[in-house]
Amino acid sequence: MSSPVPPLPRWADLFLLPLINLMAALFVCGLVVLLIGENPIEALGVMVKGAFVYPGGLGYTLYYTTNFIFTGLAVATAFHALLFNIGGEGQAYVAGLGAALAAFAVSAAPAIVAIPFAILGAALAGAIWGVIPGYLQAKRGSHIVITTIMFNFIAASIMVWLLAGPMLEPGQQSPQSVKLPEASYLPKLHDLLGLIGAKTTATPLNVSFLLALISLGVFWILIWRTRLGYAIRAVGHNPEAAHYAGINVARTIIIAMAIAGAFAGLLATNEIVGVSHRVILNYTAGYGFTGIAVALMGRNHPIGIFLAALLFGALYQGGAELDFEFKSITREMVLLIQGMIILFSGALAYMFNAPLSRLIARVSAPKEMARG
Amino acid sequence: MADFLFQLLLTFDGTLRIATPLILCAMAGIFAERSGVIDISLEGKLLTGAFVAAAVAFISGSAWLGVAAAILASVTLSLIHGFACITHKGNQVVSGVAINILASGLTVVVGIALFQRGGQTPTLPRDVRFKPLEWIGVESVEAIPVLGAIYSQLISGHNVLVYIALLAVPLTGFILYRTRFGLRLRAVGEVPEAVDSAGISVTWLRYRALIVGGVFCGIAGAYLSVAQGGNFVRDMSAGKGYIALAAVIFGNWKPMMALIACLMFGFLEAATSRLQGVDLPLVGELPTQLMLALPYVLTVLLLAGFIGKPTPPAAIGEPYIK
Repeated sequence: MSSPVPPLPRWADLFLLPLINLMAALFVCGLVVLLIGENPIEALGVMVKGAFVYPGGLGYTLYYTTNFIFTGLAVATAFHALLFNIGGEGQAYVAGLGAALAAFAVSAAPAIVAIPFAILGAALAGAIWGVIPGYLQAKRGSHIVITTIMFNFIAASIMVWLLAGPMLEPGQQSPQSVKLPEASYLPKLHDLLGLIGAKTTATPLNVSFLLALISLGVFWILIWRTRLGYAIRAVGHNPEAAHYAGINVARTIIIAMAIAGAFAGLLATNEIVGVSHRVILNYTAGYGFTGIAVALMGRNHPIGIFLAALLFGALYQGGAELDFEFKSITREMVLLIQGMIILFSGALAYMFNAPLSRLIARVSAPKEMARG
Repeated sequence: MADFLFQLLLTFDGTLRIATPLILCAMAGIFAERSGVIDISLEGKLLTGAFVAAAVAFISGSAWLGVAAAILASVTLSLIHGFACITHKGNQVVSGVAINILASGLTVVVGIALFQRGGQTPTLPRDVRFKPLEWIGVESVEAIPVLGAIYSQLISGHNVLVYIALLAVPLTGFILYRTRFGLRLRAVGEVPEAVDSAGISVTWLRYRALIVGGVFCGIAGAYLSVAQGGNFVRDMSAGKGYIALAAVIFGNWKPMMALIACLMFGFLEAATSRLQGVDLPLVGELPTQLMLALPYVLTVLLLAGFIGKPTPPAAIGEPYIK
């Protein structure tokens, strides 16, 4: 038998381990690039340049980051209640419908009314699509993983039907809705910066990014500073104990899923109210699934989620650059990196745990002996 | 009336074609889940199988080599799944999600690197695909009304992988209920402690269950790209792995019941595509896209206990810790 593994120091658990997992994921992807016959270091360089250096690169990176903060929060909120929300994709998709309907409901209103309405519409629709699986889990015992997967597909079918039928813009061939009323359009950050005299490249980055940062703060307060957050974490740690402590477990699960869905729904604020101004077929483009990677890497903590979302934002923007610079590697490389990150920092999260803690214990042991 | 019967026959024929990959993946799902391992990665294995089969069949010029390679690739993914959630006791759902995303990226990346066709593989020549098998005596019985048509259309005239899929169901049933391996496999999904205390390795049993599942998914993938279609198209599995998972649940983790669920889901899709744009009496034109959501809606209703009561394996989703 191997000796018991000493616990990992906090700094190593929070920073070193995720970093090692990220490195392992990038290493495997680098091998794939090598096998394809390209230079992985060069590819990484192109991605970094595309994400941060080229004009507008940073704006696009932060625009993607916004999406990943929302979907990451959607997964993390549920995670704290030990619920695995794979339904971020569907919740965000339906939220597009909610945002559009809300914007049309107040089509004559000025921006000050139209914008909050559209945002609330998105959050509400997402919450509804999250709360049904939550209810089915809490009250009927359906496995939330399976239900949320099914809800992704149900959402996709409903949206295809709506976009190709009732919501289709007349004269349009590709399934997309009519344009939202102009008053609901979110201001772009480069326009706002222009107002105070700073000239920046035009990018899709809009005030949703600020909304995402606020959401991170709200999430932190909710989970660690409120009674509800305490209930959510208690249910996540031990539902029986939570029940005996007087927490209504079913209600907590339902509320947690509603909040998770609402966070996912805010993706529509960025994509639809902020940028495309109309609902487009498959506009969620897998962002909901990336949220799983973001939450896992970010350890369900707002700072971690921000950093992980930024990483994925950079990967998405930098990945787009691969298409231009290389003949044989494309942006799908990012999916590979994403899958590897979920594998290493999610499913294999503790593979490096034991060896790492033994190593740290060995390195720090002589010092302690000297002290003792 | 004769026309209606013929249409129905064609729909049943289509049902079988659509259900084939579902059946194979559902059997794979039954093996994994009966051993206590959630297998969301059916989708990823199916997709990878489809890509590898088409690529290898094109390069080697042999459809069977394509199938063999697809099985190998799919089993490799099974082993990764096992390594993560059996050996390292990782979260089975997370591992499955990772494999699915990995598959959707890797198939396109490697596809573009190999063939430079935007992620597609070149169209396979006719002789490198699985052709429909004509059964004996088709020509002589074709003239017989009804039965002749059933024999020539429905029973005969499919490619070999369709028949393999249909045989996979009794085979799965036999292994699960009539062999020592199957008995242990079911036990390890219910009470792994008991299997362990009998001196049988829980780990090795679950690995074997995943490997068998990998074989089935590989064949299913090959069916998509080398039999049903003539090349690989990106994301060509299009959620079929998830529908198969739904069929496993719908079939209450039993092979025959899962087969019926697969045929039902297949029939829904076949009928929907036949009825597209047709003005039906009383109901008018069917909303095709909505009809395609029916398998998912039905599964949700079933899981919620509104139609029947599902009884999943007791130890499903939990890594075994001694």
